[in-house]
Amino acid sequence: MKTILSKINLVTVLILFSLSVSAQDANKIIEKVDANMSSDNRIFESEMTIHGMRGSRTITSRSHSEGTNKSFTEYLSPASEKGTKMLKLENQLWIYSPATDRTIQISGHMLRQSVMGSDLSYEDMMDDRKLTDVYVATVAGEETIDGRRAFLLELTAKVEDVSYHSQKMWVDSERFVPLKQELYAKSGKLLKQMEMKDVIQVQGRWFPSTVVYKDMLKQGDGTEFKITKIQFDQEIPAYIFTKAVLKQ
Amino acid sequence: MKLALKLAYRNLIGAGLRTWLNVIVLSFSFVVIIWLKGIMSGWDYQAKTDMTNWEIGGGQYWHENYDPLDPFTLLDSHAPIPAALQSEINSGDVVPLLIAQGTIFPEGRMQSVVIKGINPEQTIFRIPTQKLDTSTDAIPAIIGAIMAKNSRLQTGDVVTLRWRDTNGTFDAADIVIVEIFSSNVPAIEQSQLYIALDKLQEMMILADEVTTLTFRESKESRPEIDGWTLKTKSMLTRQVDEMIKTKSAGQTILFVILLLLAMLAIFDTQVLSIFRRQKEIGTYIALGYTRQQVVGLFTVEGTMHAVLAAIVSMVYGMPFLIWQAKVGWTMPIDASEFGMAIAQTLYPVYSLGLVVSTVVVVTLTTAVVSYLPARKIAKMNPTEALRGKLQ
Repeated sequence: MKTILSKINLVTVLILFSLSVSAQDANKIIEKVDANMSSDNRIFESEMTIHGMRGSRTITSRSHSEGTNKSFTEYLSPASEKGTKMLKLENQLWIYSPATDRTIQISGHMLRQSVMGSDLSYEDMMDDRKLTDVYVATVAGEETIDGRRAFLLELTAKVEDVSYHSQKMWVDSERFVPLKQELYAKSGKLLKQMEMKDVIQVQGRWFPSTVVYKDMLKQGDGTEFKITKIQFDQEIPAYIFTKAVLKQ
Repeated sequence: MKLALKLAYRNLIGAGLRTWLNVIVLSFSFVVIIWLKGIMSGWDYQAKTDMTNWEIGGGQYWHENYDPLDPFTLLDSHAPIPAALQSEINSGDVVPLLIAQGTIFPEGRMQSVVIKGINPEQTIFRIPTQKLDTSTDAIPAIIGAIMAKNSRLQTGDVVTLRWRDTNGTFDAADIVIVEIFSSNVPAIEQSQLYIALDKLQEMMILADEVTTLTFRESKESRPEIDGWTLKTKSMLTRQVDEMIKTKSAGQTILFVILLLLAMLAIFDTQVLSIFRRQKEIGTYIALGYTRQQVVGLFTVEGTMHAVLAAIVSMVYGMPFLIWQAKVGWTMPIDASEFGMAIAQTLYPVYSLGLVVSTVVVVTLTTAVVSYLPARKIAKMNPTEALRGKLQ
């Protein structure tokens, strides 16, 4: 009897130890992902292709961002969107429309609306919090994604004000870049899926230059977000993050 | 006066076809005006009755942030049920509603909806909420016929509903359409989804919180409750009043045209009578009538057109109006597109006041129009008139 009890204790300790190691490993992986994906500032040009039921349209833009609180985006094409500018400071977002020559502030629940009809909301674009600040991660296994060995992480929210209660993230085991992400509702229903492609090395860090967002409840092929040019840790003039830049 | 009436009647009947043409045109105005005004009264009655039965009950308390025209207010429009109303809720005389925003995905199409949490046992609204008691794997939901048509959903269909709880976290679940109801109030049907109140409170993590409270009895004065705005029935039906006022103003133009045609005929008849009956006018004066009495005689004669028209209207108009009140008037276009509480078939309602006021207005107008040409008589030279000389 004593032997059986001591065996059970040993197994329990081993399970707890392995879970603790798994959580520690997962957090380290997440930290490495954050190190790749986060930067002091970045300047990039991108193409956002929205695949709708009536066809696709591509919007190109140039963005500047600093930390998690400041970002400025100017749309370059198509002609109907050219000149539209978006400025985010802390939790506030302003949009300048050249057609009306007016600046409007997007606030509160408006932030949950889709950006230019894409599968992304303003809130999705603004939520730059580090994964380690929002989720508790565990390693659920290893899989192969597009020929790359990847850790499968399961992330569960540790804060209340988060859009997605849980996530599954496949992280490249060598480059520590997410290759695929699945975002789940509290009920466990899959809501969105992101596939990261075309991983490139820029200034010593690995970065996926193409992300395909797909709303899993909706028809359509999702939204493809392709970064055509990116620079990290550049000197960005302070005036870029002021409201005055919107009307320039 | 009796003699004047007698003379006027004889003259009118003696004029034959000319009189009857005038009378028929005028009677047509009577019937059309009463019918159109009846339709408006019917709409007013139907709209307010339907709104009471389906949407507003006897009045409501709204959470202070709630604005039904601005869905962005919904996330902040909820608060615990006021203690002062708890006993009325228990007795079923107040129905609490929690309102939230959500999205459904019928066949992969994304469609925004307003989710309304309602007590399945309520009896104030005619919405068949008792169907929400159905036990299924998915969440039982009720929708209106307009929503069913727009989203192509049928009873028994299962569709995914996505929403955000009070913390902004996404959640999703399957709902099953257990009933599709049909009302004449588009506001409660368009993009509206009804589920059980306690289920929505659980989904939103808003235990015991609601957005509106509807009371059964219509009272203009109810106590002020901190954080809630009282919306009396008259305030909630103001939109109908304003719409009917606008429509009535538009109808007035039609009434004026109809009356103008009838009055033109009567005016012409009067002018012709005075022109052709100068000898008769001279004779009246020679017999001792004052000029004003002769003017009065001709005015009464003209006004009698309206009286005859009223009688003729009764002969053919009453059966028509009664028949209309029974079968109603079905609008040729889809009434649900109006966005207002309006039935596809409107049943006219004729009140005594409506009929009397129409008869009085038309008769007075006829009297004025009859009097205007008759004024010429006052300027006539009786001798010349007796000789039948043109003046």
